[in-house]
Amino acid sequence: MSQPITPGRAFVFGDNIDTDVLAPGLYMKKPIEEMARHCLEAVDPSFATTVRPGDVVVGGDNFGLGSSREQAAQALHQLGVTIILAKSFAGLFFRNCINLGVAPVECADTDRIRPGDRLAVDPIAGTIENRTNGERYAGVPIPAHLVEMVRDGGLIPYLEKRAKAGTLGVRGKGAA
Amino acid sequence: MSMTLAEKILARASGRAAVKPGDIITARVDLAMMHDSGGPRRIAPMLERLGAKPWDPSRIVLITDHYVPAFDAESAAILDITRKWVREHGIEKFYDMQGICHVVLPERGHLRPGIFAVGGDSHSPTGGAWGCFMFGVGATEMAGVVVTGEIWVKVPHTHLVRWRGRLARGLAAKDMMLKLCREMGLGTVKYGVVEYTGEGIAALPMSERMVLTNMAAELGAQTGIIAPDRTTVTALGAVGVDTSDALQWQGDADARYEKIWDFDAAALAPQVAAPHTPENSAPVGEHAQVRIDQCYIGACTGAKLSDLHMAAEILRGRKVARTTRLLVAPASTRITGQAAADGTLAVLTEAGAILQASGCGACAGYGAGVLAEKEVCLASTARNFKGRMGAMSSLVYLGSAYTVAASAVTGHITDPRDLLNERAAA
Repeated sequence: MSQPITPGRAFVFGDNIDTDVLAPGLYMKKPIEEMARHCLEAVDPSFATTVRPGDVVVGGDNFGLGSSREQAAQALHQLGVTIILAKSFAGLFFRNCINLGVAPVECADTDRIRPGDRLAVDPIAGTIENRTNGERYAGVPIPAHLVEMVRDGGLIPYLEKRAKAGTLGVRGKGAA
Repeated sequence: MSMTLAEKILARASGRAAVKPGDIITARVDLAMMHDSGGPRRIAPMLERLGAKPWDPSRIVLITDHYVPAFDAESAAILDITRKWVREHGIEKFYDMQGICHVVLPERGHLRPGIFAVGGDSHSPTGGAWGCFMFGVGATEMAGVVVTGEIWVKVPHTHLVRWRGRLARGLAAKDMMLKLCREMGLGTVKYGVVEYTGEGIAALPMSERMVLTNMAAELGAQTGIIAPDRTTVTALGAVGVDTSDALQWQGDADARYEKIWDFDAAALAPQVAAPHTPENSAPVGEHAQVRIDQCYIGACTGAKLSDLHMAAEILRGRKVARTTRLLVAPASTRITGQAAADGTLAVLTEAGAILQASGCGACAGYGAGVLAEKEVCLASTARNFKGRMGAMSSLVYLGSAYTVAASAVTGHITDPRDLLNERAAA
């Protein structure tokens, strides 16, 4: 991220936070503004009303397992969450986060984070500073080939930049 | 360099002689499959913003299955957007309300061994049963594919899952899969490939193999894959696919696997997963006597013709218990037709099953058949996450179509072998 890192409050969840919990099927045809109000309500009914832009969602293992529905990442983005820390991410959800401008940062030490801790996270460097207890945690930096996309705010802004530069064209038809 | 089947496909699609796990590649997409939920309604505004058109309409397959048939004004609007986009962009491979995308795709001959495909749905690994590398992406990533025809991939490692022995009567691929969810766990594979092999796999028809690749998604895999054999070739031939090079797509004998897992199909008992994760599975006996409000045979992974045959084998001459209800949503219109022709549908409806349209429906909490607060459902679907099939306090158990049908007869979770044996003894 190019702007200075301001700490956000931690909202802490456990292992296996799935996409149905992040984006419940009942609201899948609603606009994202309405869907976001139900984000994580099955495990924390007050989450959507108490989270503020810049806050950080913290999870355990296999965060985001389940559906390809990118509303799971988009709902968090809509609520102003642009960084998720977790011990591990489901692969499809990880891709969706990158594409939608949410930085997923793997961190083995999420058990040390308490709800409400103030976290300053640099996803590109993979560093996490807990300003509440003074601890520092090592995270996995965003993979090098995705850094530009993360800096641009997601896949569409990244492609838009390429379109303006005239480098969006298809390089060739599929091979098979 | 020796490679797995998945690595060979990725090498071909990225124009390289060889790839190895961890390589970052850009691959050309042979086929992009979308449905009404993640398709035009979401990607059209993105394409507009980019001022771009589909890179190759002939490589796009669009299937409506999530909001079908429309059940309110919002779902009708989503379908309307889909149909208009198809017309506007000249998409000829469009299947409107013909069934669930993962089933319709091979049914209409769009998959064959060796292709590299993406689908706008997490169960897209289903296609791997046909020897392709097919994985799920979100709508934004699909928009990127539709514009550029390419996608980046970090070449995944492969877990080899070997099944020796053959399933006994009353057992199904769903039982194998629910056991794998428990034994392997949902996070172990870490976005690798799960390749299935062995006698237990070779003995399965394509519809059952598709259960295993479909639910590779539940194992956290990027995809599942099964190398093509004579069963694959015969099934491809039946839907008019050129099979001349199909069998060449095999992994090398000395390919490197991240881990090899061994299981015995012959020793398997029917499995049921309790709420709220497929990992929470156990032999059916451990859940006996759990009372069921709704039995559901549906979804990409649980309502193919073989599933309807399993249900009919149990339900012939029997009735659904008055304390429960049985909903059946065949996975495609073609399957409905086949089940009508061979008498299966009549057996189901005479037993008291309620037939529904072909679509994702209640499995994903859309449309008809969703659950009320605290209701308990036993479903032949793939996922039982909290709130997925309706109200937040509803409880979903997962089992094979055999187990769902047997439980519909008794009103509580029941070992289907008991009913099959009862008939054999009669």
